[in-house]
Amino acid sequence: MSTRLARGGRRIDRSKRVEFTFNGKRLTGYQGDTLASALLANDQMLVGRSFKYHRPRGVVASGPEEPNALVALGDGARMEPNQRVTTTELFDGLSARSQNHWPSLEFDIGGLNNHVARFLPAGFYYKTFIHPRPFWKHVFEPVIRQSAGLGPAPKDRDPDVYEQVYAFADLVVIGGGVAGLHAARVAGAAGLRVLVLEQTAHWGGRSPVDGGTIDGQPVQDWIDATLQALDGMENVTLRTRCMAAGIYDHGYMIGYERLTDHAPAPGMPRHRLWKIRAAQVLSATGAIERGLSFPGNDLPGVMLAGALRDYVVEYGVSAGDRTVVVTNNDDGYRTALALKEAGLVVPAVLDARPEATGALPEAARAQGIRVETGRAIVKVMGGKRVTGVGVGLQAGEGSILEEIACDAVAMSGGWSPVVHFWSHTGGKLVWDEAQALFRPDPARAPVGADGLPNQAVGGAANGALTLGAVMADSHDAISEVLRRLGKTVSDPAPAGDAPAEAPLHPVWVMPQGAGHKLKSKMWLDYQNDVKVSDVQLAAREGYESVEHTKRYTTLGMATDQGKLSNINGLAVLSDALGAPIPQVGTTTFRPPFTPISMGAIAGEARGDIFQPLRRTPMHAWHEAHGAYFEPVGHWRRPYCYPQGGESHAQAVHREVTATRTSLGLLDASTLGKIVVKGPDAGRFLDMLYTNMMSTLPVGRCRYGLMCSENGFLMDDGVVARIDEDTWLCHTTTGGADRIHAHMEDWLQCEWWDWKVYTANLTEHYAQVAIVGPNARKLIEKLGGMDVSKEALGFMDWADGTLAGIPARVFRISFSGELSYEVAVPASRGLEFWEACHAAGAEFGATAYGTEALHVMRAEKGFIMIGDETDGTVIPQDLGLGWAISKKKADYLGKRAQERVHMTDPTRWQLVGLETLDPNERLPDGAYARASGTNANGQGNTQGRVTSSYMSPTLGRAIAMGLVLNGPSRMGEVLEFPTVDGRVLSARIVDPVFYDKAGEKQNV
Amino acid sequence: MLILTCPYCGLAADETELSPGGEAHLKRFGPGSSDDAFTGYLFHRENPRGVHFERWRHSNGCGKWFLAARCTVTLEVFGTYPAQTTEPPAAILDAIRAKRPDWEGRA
Amino acid sequence: MKRYSAFAIAREAARWHMGWERAWRSPTPKAKYDVIVIGAGGHGLATAYYLGKNHGIRNVAVIEKGWLGGGNTGRNTTIIRSNYLQDPSAAIYEKARSLYETLSQDLNYNVMFSPRGVLMLAQTHHEVRGYLRTAHANKLQGVATEYIGPEKVKELCPIINLDGPRYPVLGALWQPRGGTARHDAVAWGYARACSDMGMDILQQTEVTAIRQAGGKVTGVETTKGAIACDKLAIVVAGHSGVLAEMAGFRLPIESVALQALVSEPIKPCMDVVVMANTVHGYMSQSDKGEMVIGGGADGYNNYTQRGSFHHVEETVRALVETFPMISRLKMLRWWGGIVDMTGDRSPILSKTPLGNCFINCGWGTGGFKAIPGSGWGMAELVARGEPGPLTAEFGLDRFREGRFIDESVAAGVAH
Repeated sequence: MSTRLARGGRRIDRSKRVEFTFNGKRLTGYQGDTLASALLANDQMLVGRSFKYHRPRGVVASGPEEPNALVALGDGARMEPNQRVTTTELFDGLSARSQNHWPSLEFDIGGLNNHVARFLPAGFYYKTFIHPRPFWKHVFEPVIRQSAGLGPAPKDRDPDVYEQVYAFADLVVIGGGVAGLHAARVAGAAGLRVLVLEQTAHWGGRSPVDGGTIDGQPVQDWIDATLQALDGMENVTLRTRCMAAGIYDHGYMIGYERLTDHAPAPGMPRHRLWKIRAAQVLSATGAIERGLSFPGNDLPGVMLAGALRDYVVEYGVSAGDRTVVVTNNDDGYRTALALKEAGLVVPAVLDARPEATGALPEAARAQGIRVETGRAIVKVMGGKRVTGVGVGLQAGEGSILEEIACDAVAMSGGWSPVVHFWSHTGGKLVWDEAQALFRPDPARAPVGADGLPNQAVGGAANGALTLGAVMADSHDAISEVLRRLGKTVSDPAPAGDAPAEAPLHPVWVMPQGAGHKLKSKMWLDYQNDVKVSDVQLAAREGYESVEHTKRYTTLGMATDQGKLSNINGLAVLSDALGAPIPQVGTTTFRPPFTPISMGAIAGEARGDIFQPLRRTPMHAWHEAHGAYFEPVGHWRRPYCYPQGGESHAQAVHREVTATRTSLGLLDASTLGKIVVKGPDAGRFLDMLYTNMMSTLPVGRCRYGLMCSENGFLMDDGVVARIDEDTWLCHTTTGGADRIHAHMEDWLQCEWWDWKVYTANLTEHYAQVAIVGPNARKLIEKLGGMDVSKEALGFMDWADGTLAGIPARVFRISFSGELSYEVAVPASRGLEFWEACHAAGAEFGATAYGTEALHVMRAEKGFIMIGDETDGTVIPQDLGLGWAISKKKADYLGKRAQERVHMTDPTRWQLVGLETLDPNERLPDGAYARASGTNANGQGNTQGRVTSSYMSPTLGRAIAMGLVLNGPSRMGEVLEFPTVDGRVLSARIVDPVFYDKAGEKQNV
Repeated sequence: MLILTCPYCGLAADETELSPGGEAHLKRFGPGSSDDAFTGYLFHRENPRGVHFERWRHSNGCGKWFLAARCTVTLEVFGTYPAQTTEPPAAILDAIRAKRPDWEGRA
Repeated sequence: MKRYSAFAIAREAARWHMGWERAWRSPTPKAKYDVIVIGAGGHGLATAYYLGKNHGIRNVAVIEKGWLGGGNTGRNTTIIRSNYLQDPSAAIYEKARSLYETLSQDLNYNVMFSPRGVLMLAQTHHEVRGYLRTAHANKLQGVATEYIGPEKVKELCPIINLDGPRYPVLGALWQPRGGTARHDAVAWGYARACSDMGMDILQQTEVTAIRQAGGKVTGVETTKGAIACDKLAIVVAGHSGVLAEMAGFRLPIESVALQALVSEPIKPCMDVVVMANTVHGYMSQSDKGEMVIGGGADGYNNYTQRGSFHHVEETVRALVETFPMISRLKMLRWWGGIVDMTGDRSPILSKTPLGNCFINCGWGTGGFKAIPGSGWGMAELVARGEPGPLTAEFGLDRFREGRFIDESVAAGVAH
């Protein structure tokens, strides 16, 4: 059984007991435990079930590479699925549940899959479930979906908060092991701004477990001294529980700091996402141990040798009383020695190599440990837990020479450098034949904006696996980084000393001569249940690329992203193809290194602050007066102001009627206001607008159309000539920023010698439209300006003062009524708006929203950008030919409008549409059908509705639309099929429904 | 996540401050031009695997448009320069040739 | 070719699966083919497949510089829908969608087409009107869609947040027979069927030049030697510009990065595909249980298959707002593809200035859903030398004529 040892455990504080639950069972651990070590200490070896066959799964690793031991952590809205127990620090009250089983972890119906595993090889689902056709969607897929999926789905809104920070560094060191710490100290001493990210809560990595000395000091002493030195450097920032998650181009990095996962504190940020710019990045990320592929290697109790060692040394936890060690390298012996030293039994070390004569094997023998070379595990006994192993020859086919009873197996297949970060921005790898590992290729490094290498790798991450090599390599790496940054190294290289190790012997299949039956019991990917036989099947079927094999078998696609399985799988594939490993290649590592929370990525931008909200000076007034808002860009504009239980339609009706009969007020502040000024401003505007703006007299306004260079109508608005050199261009609400950018684009990139300045003044002014037969009376009541017909005619503007507030009054109308738009300084917008309401009370002044605005403009047949236009419409389609200057040689869009499709007489043209039944509104977006179908069998069309409203003024439904030859078909009736299967008939009419003569606005 | 130096304000600007604007040095064709010339100007793009001359706007900064020579494969930036030119400056071309001797120039 | 079935699996299980044959052959190039298709992604393989199946042209090679299906076919978010606004788009995407319905049976390869339904959320009044318009258009086009209200949205997708304070869900365009398929399987299934027809799929073979004489294509030069052909189809998505340059013409195309990501797998919680264009994000749940997430494309020319983090950030932010429960899920895997964006964001299936050379490209961010329809139409174009009804509107001429197929009308991003 696995248990807590009476002594040992560098990380734990035995004086501080911590209570937690697993599947509702109350258990205790110690401060400093991980959930993994605490579960093992409580003999909870079985922790989960695998993905495909629902096989029993136990802890196999001690770090982020763990593929098996995933739990649902926490309860209710704070539940987090798929949390690795090996990286979960234990805290009081922690609650964990195992996943992917039904009805229970111990007895899982899904485990039946295990018994038919032979019928479920890699890719079996591509070959079956094909007939009968509806069965995939209705029968097979629901079953597969339900049985897949690992952890439970969260149900509620996450109550926790997340934050993001920015950081800049000359050097980011990834990994706080001895290699990283040394590099940081050297860089710190050289005066660089250094940031060191360590994913665990501890400094020093695994060296203190593995032993040795640095510069003659025990490793831990050296670590303590180095940390002390680093703490004293103001230019060095050290972060624990902060994982480098990914490297992006030009030195951008993200770090993922887990702030309160280890000590939940509601209200405090849970995670912090670091957004870092680094001139150089040094990966000192160490290496991850590989498993060995022997039959039954997935049983709970079979663990990585280094992990077993970690649990004993760091946490005082033994995975079993009797542990068989199986290895192909000297490092595995460290585990045997550590177990022995802890008083545990190691019945044998099975070494796949023909001989083992290094210092570590000799030390093991000296301790009385039985060492067998050329041996393999050929069978693992047990169901939910290892009870023994069958030993055979590595060179053989799997005959059992001997059975050894044990309750744990420590396996070591060698170490794979963590080269992920090197790969994130395109660095390439080389295959190190001697050590059987991929390491970064310095000749093909990732590069920065200057095209020069911006990453380095030091220590085990670079394939330097013994302590001496680690320190020397780390020193070389940091020396290179300093050279790149124009600094020199002052510190000497530290000398690491540890027992020499003999070369490993690559073992990809154990035993070497295993047949198909045994190979179908050798697990590569524990979580996804991918076995040696699956990879071989993929190769046999032609899925030869490593990407094909990965996708066909799902090897390395699990939540550990193949940290344990990639190299072993690749080697099996290479063997199956008869091609060397480097030729078969490796898959591309991409961020994140281990999964990071969506919450951290989203950061603070949630709910009300999801996006910036733009408010007009009158926004609070609208809120206080019951406005129903609609989003328009980043603005929210009142759609209408429902009063006393009115529906939106009723409110719009009331607002339109009040405006048409007396007085309406609109907050028009969101309209874009761009000043264009300079000696060439007129010339510039003539290029920008389809009509002539240079001839506009000072004091006058003109409605203008703007097209893209591709000819399509992109914006419209009223332009006012302010003085000889200055024009003020109004744009649509959504268009202000876009149009300003458009102007600057042409000014800066095409006509840069023209003397023109632009400024977007949208937010400098509040603007109020005062509309209706009593509009003039209101303004006169406010007092300060003569706005009589004679003094301020239609399309005139004037500066002055209204109600004591500086005002610019434009006599323009988008409703067809007598109308003034008054711009006042934004700071006085609310004051002016309230003054209008106060003075207008006697006229029943009514605030109206965007929908009433739309209805009134449609009643007048005025087009709306975004309704009548959609990016495919040119001014000529809308009967706006009058606004296109025939005199100008050029304007943006003119050439485009000469193309054959733009001058096609069959383009649809703007008309009005009146349903035969006046109470029946044409649906938005309805199409007018034509007879027959096209070559693709689609119903033919001859027009469409662009705007459609119930007109309160006319008491009937009105619409505008684009219709084939429309203007010449007045009076014809078109049929509009609706989505609910009816057909509405509507007559083609003039688009101006109301006050065709335009008398109302001209009083 | 690119960094480009805005030649106007001199800042090494993060990509989040910038807006991309497509191929640079397009020659505008207006009324009277041939259909081929106009279509080429408006739509046809070099889109190279390699050195690309392109437009950027320092939109969350000084607001100026500028031009950059950048490799679309390695994302190496050879230089940035003001937009008020119809041809890449000699210094930029030299910088490219220094690093990419086999570069054949703009297509 | 041995057929796949449950019976075949049982038979093979008895002999430890040693009897499965190769899904596709690994041939050496012939000196000449009737048609060479460059690009063994979904579109290229489908083109070859329908050349054989519909037009009896089987002396075909599909040349691939990497591994078949290794480009955008294996890098997309697998959404299939045909709820497009414009007639030509709706026609080709609906053709594709209807072919997907029976593709597993046609290819004898389970591509796991799952018509689980696609919801496109309307979150502004403008978007409501846009989707109503699409619903009307779809009705005439024979595409089954429906505009539904927020209650129905919630019923179809309980995890959605209807009342996001900034962009409440006002309704949605619902295509019940849209859905997803297994992307790799589409490429592999077509490849197996092409190989079975005697076509040669030449992987790890890069085209280095296009040979021509008298204004017509005569063959290609590759890293495995010169190969002659009567007709050439270029179907290489993001690398179209490179091939076009070899053929001597320019395209209205720019190649930019498009990113996607998946969460760790969780138990089923979302049975439909949801696209939220106002906030730029979309999400579905794969059969493995991963939440599959995408957003808008990056903006600059980029051949790295890597994108910028801030786009991922914006997409995730949008989806955390739309589906608050994903906040505690973790991003497992992230990747990028090179997408070929045309001037009007619609694809090109066209003759080219070079005789007997045809091009299929410009699918941008939405090509996967079109694969069978694209292959069907492209095969017809190549076989006859002239476009059929499916491809008639997608020619290069439209840029000269100003006759665009603009889908941005209905939705900002999409796909």
